[in-house]
Amino acid sequence: MTRRHMLLLGPLLLFLAAAYLIPFLGVMRWSVTLPEPGLHQYRAALTDPLVQSVIWRTLRICTMVTVITVAAAYMLALIWVRSGPVARVLVELCILIPFWISVLTRAFGWLALLSNRGLVNSWLEALGIIDLPLVMVRNEFGVVVGMVHFLIPFAVFPIATAMRNVDERVLMAARSMGASRARIFWQVFVPMTRPGILGAMLLVFVFSLGFFITPAILGGGRSVMVAELIYLRLFQSPNWGLAAAMSVILMAGVGLLIALLLRQLGERTAR
Amino acid sequence: MARTERKAAEIDATGIGKSFGTFKALTDVTLTIARGEFLTLLGPSGSGKTTFLMVLSGFEPPTTGRLLLDGRDMTDISPEERGFGMVFQGYALFPHLTVEENIAFPLKVQRRGRAEIRRRVAEIIEMVGLGGHGHKRPAGLSGGQQQRVALARALAYEPPVMLFDEPFSALDRNLRSQMQDEMRRIHRETGTTFVFVTHDQEEALTLSSRIAIFEAGCLQQIGSPRDIYERPGNRFVAEFLGDINVLPIRDGKLEGREVTVQGDPDGDLAIRPEYMRIALQAPAEGNAVAARLTDLTYLGGVTRLNLRTAGGAELVLSVPTAELSDGLTPGAEIWATWPGERAFML
Ligand SMILES: Nc1ncnc2c1ncn2[C@@H]1O[C@H](COP(=O)(O)OP(=O)(O)OP(=O)(O)O)[C@@H](O)[C@H]1O
Ligand SMILES: [Mg+2]
Repeated sequence: MTRRHMLLLGPLLLFLAAAYLIPFLGVMRWSVTLPEPGLHQYRAALTDPLVQSVIWRTLRICTMVTVITVAAAYMLALIWVRSGPVARVLVELCILIPFWISVLTRAFGWLALLSNRGLVNSWLEALGIIDLPLVMVRNEFGVVVGMVHFLIPFAVFPIATAMRNVDERVLMAARSMGASRARIFWQVFVPMTRPGILGAMLLVFVFSLGFFITPAILGGGRSVMVAELIYLRLFQSPNWGLAAAMSVILMAGVGLLIALLLRQLGERTAR
Repeated sequence: MARTERKAAEIDATGIGKSFGTFKALTDVTLTIARGEFLTLLGPSGSGKTTFLMVLSGFEPPTTGRLLLDGRDMTDISPEERGFGMVFQGYALFPHLTVEENIAFPLKVQRRGRAEIRRRVAEIIEMVGLGGHGHKRPAGLSGGQQQRVALARALAYEPPVMLFDEPFSALDRNLRSQMQDEMRRIHRETGTTFVFVTHDQEEALTLSSRIAIFEAGCLQQIGSPRDIYERPGNRFVAEFLGDINVLPIRDGKLEGREVTVQGDPDGDLAIRPEYMRIALQAPAEGNAVAARLTDLTYLGGVTRLNLRTAGGAELVLSVPTAELSDGLTPGAEIWATWPGERAFML
């Protein structure tokens, strides 16, 4: 990079530093100074059974959400990249429309659909399939549904990019060797799109760790996740030091994940 | 390798046509590819070579015509069932698999035994000269090595027909001629039927037992390299395959002098540069035309001479340097001569 480039990047770097780095340093300071100096907030964060259960739930929900989202996004991307023009436009609409609707609206939309007197339950009851309403909100199920729905479009893009990079001739070569569609899909196509899958998984997982509105509405305060707990410790039963410590732990976890993924990707290309 | 020899197949294409919308990429191509032969499809860009190869492989169904494989109709058979070996221009290797795994892939598809796969992979790696690279991934190989992997992978399962689409076009000249030598050796050793697309005439001449010349989706001529080069069927073939001198003949005469003409005494006489010689004086008899030397290029063993006749025709001669007298300089008034049996009418 030349000096000119650096100069052009300067304002952006300054903005990033002002918007992220400095506040984060402030949070780190709180985590070791509030209410008194020391590492006791970290100890509290890691030993408090409530925090532990929230972290455990967060990891569980985020893992489920990641797996479901990436699997669904993979199928969508497959249709988007490899099918006819009509299907392509439909998928594009499915991917783009959610971007125009706010998180809040969507969460309430799911509430309307999934609540005890929501559309799904009334239909199922009307059809005589169930007698008692299924409990689909105010629990982890609702949270997962809402998060998956929100995250799918984000996962589609990296996967679709990887799929577009697959050389058609490689698939033709495999076919000419007599390989079945299933074998080509699982042993050639999927491995070739691995970078996209890993990228999408990381994106979705990291994104879902910080989810806040969707779990708050669809979880109804029963499926509290880390971000919501931090919020509660800041504004409802204030303990800023603990909130800061939890934030730092979350950041460290995310950083570790990204480092691991980069190493994975680096290894594949280096060899 | 008797086993593979048995596997080599014969292909009959009859009236093959292929249209994309209203555009005709192939028109009425009829040819037979003999068992174990090395056929090259040669032609300018856009002439339909790749399209014909895709029709042979089964990836593009022909719009008209039939294909027979060893006498059995295979027009509607899928590429998977045909199982022809394919080597593409971009190599089309599996990027996530090692060299060995790439080569083993088709063998696993065929559910061969573990031990057999291991033995066959080792054998084929040796054959294409990739020893010691078995555990690398394609990204870690040079262009020539990737090319060998593609070749090895297609050869591994002993397909009845091998199809190549400009496999060497990305290689530099040295590597190219080295790979060409190996192609010939591998063709000999395996005895499989090879169909090879190129737009490099020299490559076609070096490699093939027969060449099929394509232009604008039509098969122009098919024959041995020597046939095609020395007895081109039409003007396009004559001019496409190397340099050729074309001289207008009127009434059996070229610029006033009688020349040997087979057939029609009016038309264009064609002679390859290698068959023409120069004379410093007007020859008493035989075919000759007076010309001025316009340029002279020393190419080592041969020297290239550019001449212009009194009538304004441009000639190119390729003469062994040893036969040339020193002191020949551009501007000299000389004669171009040729043996009558080497000239043909277009
Ligand atoms: N799928 C397709 N749809 C439309 N036109 C096509 C298609 N495939 C090939 N063509 C056209 O058919 C003609 C022949 O193409 P082809 O690829 O067979 O040429 P080629 O002889 O292999 O040329 P090159 O030496 O450049 O590879 C070209 O004009 C091309 O544009
Ligand atoms: Mg081509």
